[in-house]
Amino acid sequence: MARLALMAGPVAFFAVFFAWPVAAIVARGLRPDGGWQLGRIADVVTRSDLRHVLWFTTWQALASTALTLLVALPGAYVFARLDFPGKRVLRAVVTVPFVLPTVVVGTAFLALVGRGGLLDDLWGVRLDTTVWAILLAHVFFNYAVVVRTVGGLWSGLDPRQEEAARMLGAAPLTAWRTVTLPALAPAVAAAALMVFLFTFTSFGVVQILGGPTFATLEVEIYRQTSQIFDLSTAAVLTLVQFTAVAAVLAVHAWTVRRRETALRLVDASLTARRPRGAGQWALLAGVLATVVALVLLPLGVLVQRSLDAPGLRYYRALTHEDGGTFLVAPIAAVGNSLRYAVVATAIAVLIGSLAAAALSRLPPARPRSAGGTPVADRIVRGFDALLMLPLGVSAVTVGFGFLIALDAPPLDLRQSWILVPLAQALVGVPFVVRTMLPVLRAVDGRLREAAAVLGASPWRVWREVDLPLVRRALLVAAGFAFAVSLGEFGATVFIARPDNPTLPVAVARLLGRPGDLNYGQAMALSTILMVVCAAALLVLERLRPHRTGEF
Amino acid sequence: MHTKTLVAVAAGLGLVTLAACGSTDGGGAADTKTVTLVSHDSWAVSKNVLKDFEKQSGYTVKVLKDGDAGQAVNKAILTKDNPQGDVFFGVDNTLLSRALDNGLFQPYEAKGSDRIGAAFRAGTSGHRVTPIDTGDICVNYDKAYFDRHGLTPPQTFDDLVKPAYKNLLVTENAATSSPGLGFLLGTAARYGDGGWPEYWKKLKANGVKVVDGWEQAYDEEFSGSAGGRKAGGDRPLVVSYASSPPAEVVYADPKPATAPTGVATGTCFRQTEYAGLLTGARNSAGGKALLDFLIGKEFQEDMPLNMFVHPVRADAKVPQEFVKYGPQAKDPETLAPDRIAANRDQWVKSWTALVLK
Amino acid sequence: MLLSLTSATVRFGARTVLDAVDLEVAEHEIVCVLGPSGSGKSTLLRAVAGLQPLDAGRVVLDGKDRTGVPAHRREVGLMFQDHQLFPQRDVGGNVAFGLRMRGASKERQHAGVRELLDLVGLPGAARRAVDRLSGGEQQRVALARALAPRPRLLMLDEPLGQLDRSLRERLVVELRELFDRLGTTVLAVTHDQGEAFALADRVVVMRDGRIAQSGTPLEVWQRPADEFVARFLGFENVVGAQVTGAVAVTPWGKLPVSEPAPQGRRTLLVRPAGVRLGPADEGLRCTVTARTFRGTHVAVRLQPADGPRLEAACALRVAPEVGSEVGVGFDAAEIVVLD
Repeated sequence: MARLALMAGPVAFFAVFFAWPVAAIVARGLRPDGGWQLGRIADVVTRSDLRHVLWFTTWQALASTALTLLVALPGAYVFARLDFPGKRVLRAVVTVPFVLPTVVVGTAFLALVGRGGLLDDLWGVRLDTTVWAILLAHVFFNYAVVVRTVGGLWSGLDPRQEEAARMLGAAPLTAWRTVTLPALAPAVAAAALMVFLFTFTSFGVVQILGGPTFATLEVEIYRQTSQIFDLSTAAVLTLVQFTAVAAVLAVHAWTVRRRETALRLVDASLTARRPRGAGQWALLAGVLATVVALVLLPLGVLVQRSLDAPGLRYYRALTHEDGGTFLVAPIAAVGNSLRYAVVATAIAVLIGSLAAAALSRLPPARPRSAGGTPVADRIVRGFDALLMLPLGVSAVTVGFGFLIALDAPPLDLRQSWILVPLAQALVGVPFVVRTMLPVLRAVDGRLREAAAVLGASPWRVWREVDLPLVRRALLVAAGFAFAVSLGEFGATVFIARPDNPTLPVAVARLLGRPGDLNYGQAMALSTILMVVCAAALLVLERLRPHRTGEF
Repeated sequence: MHTKTLVAVAAGLGLVTLAACGSTDGGGAADTKTVTLVSHDSWAVSKNVLKDFEKQSGYTVKVLKDGDAGQAVNKAILTKDNPQGDVFFGVDNTLLSRALDNGLFQPYEAKGSDRIGAAFRAGTSGHRVTPIDTGDICVNYDKAYFDRHGLTPPQTFDDLVKPAYKNLLVTENAATSSPGLGFLLGTAARYGDGGWPEYWKKLKANGVKVVDGWEQAYDEEFSGSAGGRKAGGDRPLVVSYASSPPAEVVYADPKPATAPTGVATGTCFRQTEYAGLLTGARNSAGGKALLDFLIGKEFQEDMPLNMFVHPVRADAKVPQEFVKYGPQAKDPETLAPDRIAANRDQWVKSWTALVLK
Repeated sequence: MLLSLTSATVRFGARTVLDAVDLEVAEHEIVCVLGPSGSGKSTLLRAVAGLQPLDAGRVVLDGKDRTGVPAHRREVGLMFQDHQLFPQRDVGGNVAFGLRMRGASKERQHAGVRELLDLVGLPGAARRAVDRLSGGEQQRVALARALAPRPRLLMLDEPLGQLDRSLRERLVVELRELFDRLGTTVLAVTHDQGEAFALADRVVVMRDGRIAQSGTPLEVWQRPADEFVARFLGFENVVGAQVTGAVAVTPWGKLPVSEPAPQGRRTLLVRPAGVRLGPADEGLRCTVTARTFRGTHVAVRLQPADGPRLEAACALRVAPEVGSEVGVGFDAAEIVVLD
């Protein structure tokens, strides 16, 4: 009962700011004149060009996921089990692409695979108009997802398990295969599913690097909604994507649950050690080289281009009010972004913590705790997956949905600044939940009982027992929500707003105009955004709790 | 305990909602001192010019930027029963019919409309919209490239399919990009219903490259822009605006003596942008005043260097940079809005099948 | 009565974990609930503490019905099985927790911490981190924490469960002395009969959610209520018997019982001390199958030619070798007719 009460807040939030707008825009598409036109579904699904889009979306997501695992799993091992100087900084750096807006990164990534890029210089290979550019960019974006999810678990696995297998006569590789790999499998599966989800719904990367010949469902929904204004086609595609994503999330929720219950973990600092032997050194070198080529190089190009004028001229130009592109100096976008991000983080943390608290009160599997009817449990569990859905629904759908759903008092928010942080919080909540949940679940329920018996009310129990234990996880979650909302571009750009652009929006607007100063300022702002994100992530590295969540 | 939790949750949620509601300043229906302009992301005006209007009229102007040009129009149509503002600025002749057919605007003849060039006033459908600015979508060329290769830059549509210019042009997807669509319409105007597909076949054979958006074309592929130079762009011809060369000068530091890029004046398609009083505007008096202001001399003369477009008002002076670096095409291609309305979707579809597939 | 539990019933799904239990604890009394795991003894404590709602029945504390009162307002103390010290607080923070929840002043908290740490034999430990404490020290801190708010009723869940034997034996004596000195009313649960007998004024044996027997340690030890209690207390020589007068007919032959004895079909308990070993040709002939040294005596396991195994206790120097043949006689004073 208390769990359902805890859930009321998050449920109301998602109902009002997600489900309702999305349902409204879909209904507008499928019911243009008051009558349902469900025949449209069959029409659209059987159109050969759209079937081609669905096919491309699926296979590129599968290929991207496979490639990401291939490249990132050695990285996960190195970050989990080897100690080397600069590890923390590097772990923060590889996460930067994940929170950077794709407009910025797409541009930078072209420097790697495009004309005059590293590959072009070395071997004359250009990938910028091929599907390889998309796949590599997806690896670039999602490298951190695998390293953090799998590496986080890997670093907590007790090496003595493998030693025990060795003592029973298993060769090193056999011991790894029979002991470590099965333990890692759920984390690998969870990471793979997240990567699949992100790449299946990929938008910016495909738009920038893919050119007009490649389109994912997400890109097609954007074109149909925003450009061609064919809302019924967009509605059907939204439903198709929604169904696919819901299926992926169902599998994901299942693997996550298995991962959370099955293992006893040890302190990560006990399992990592300096590399020994040629094999480990080679692995470390290989991973570092990959990180440099795949992550540092594209990011470096941004920095280099922002500095490509004497006397930091681009940076100084950011402080001038040019009266043209912006009503305020572009540097003000930093302040706007920070303000939005703070509000979005507050909302995401509030909603996410309530949801995580509700989910963490779930009894493991046996009907032990009081009052937990199976039905209530199932509702709560279903809610777990529901929280992730915003990650799989097109930002343009949500943005247009806001416009027609939240247009009447008491919720006439269309012109309110709060809409931007609300949209950003939708994306932030899943990260908060995923970070907090494992930690909250690890809190021994009897500690709470001990406090209650000593006279602490439920609220005091939370404050005195849960909060101190999850404080670090809470900070990490907040930091992630902060970084994600700083870089959030999709929803922000689809929401009407008074003229106080966020960093990603300002970058996009500067890139949208000709002229050296505009381009230079875009690079300078991107660099600032990158540094802010990297700084936030670096702080998180210092706070990393022993039991990390998925990110 | 359960009740307490519920109360706490409700209170928390209420706070969020309250904070949200409290900030919808000016969104209320009764506010007659604020006039709201809905526009696209490219909207820009000098601060003092807007201040002047606010001072003279007594209205406070609130601007909502609602995405790129296509998005802004689509959103306005989506919300036409409960509009977000009073005036919409930024629907161009390629999308005008979509707006008019959906009954987006109510008639108002702005003061000073008679000063607008006659060519721009065609198709405004009983003053339901007022032309505000105009600009030409033209092929830009990289002067340095053509100097280096001792080649004359192309000037006309016909030039573009000549073997001398093979693999030099980059353009945008007509389905998703406004200049891309403009360029397609230009060819349709030039070669007619039957002729343009033939022209595009030749263009394709001559190695035209199509990217999704203007940013990729201009900042990444085009060798003459500041961004393209850094990115190593290798296409010396790009579909952009006639006003792009002046921008390359204005936004350079130090400013060069001449623009690094030029305009192929025989490849231009004229775009006109309109504004109108939204049906269901809550402050229609304010909206009307704002439309008067948009067509007024002060705004018209301020506009070019902010949005890189030309004024439609005949007596508005054009800034020096425009005269010097951005020649307006003498005889741009044009298409009547109703012709665009009748054919646009079909043309884009055929074009997609022909060029992209 | 300080605590009275009336028809307390708890069900987990189809399983009844606590089946209409009635239990009373008087002021200053120390009651130990004894039973194998799964007998419902921990649930009993949780129900009294308010951590486990009752499906039926009532909890009355000090004359007031507390059945629906949540745990934090019941003002009983509970010491958890594995202590459950708050890891993020030091020793002092743990001990002061209950006082703080009751709004005690800082001075009062400090004084309380000092007093209780002295009491449990950890003076000056207030600033120590709890994860640096040994098992015995943790147990003392947990006790101090539970005692600090001066609960009317202190409950202990397997208080010494995780400690090693010698420490356990020492601590149980200390606990008993401490509770006597403070006059604390205690309800403890344990699965260890030695612990229960050493600590308790009264022992309650539980089986499958019901109370099988309740009495002083001596009563329970001398007269187990039934075969289950007898076996749970560690007695092995339990057999069915037909009692007629002062004679019981068993698989081991005819055994003497003290009169007056219940007659008819009964269960018989023969304490190991009542099994006398003699020459092989006298009494029941058995083979020695094992000897186990028990400190004060030797437990000898015997296999008669016919009938169940027997256990005997005898002095070290007279203990027969494994494999030897002995004759067994029985002492009526050490034979109890159960039921």
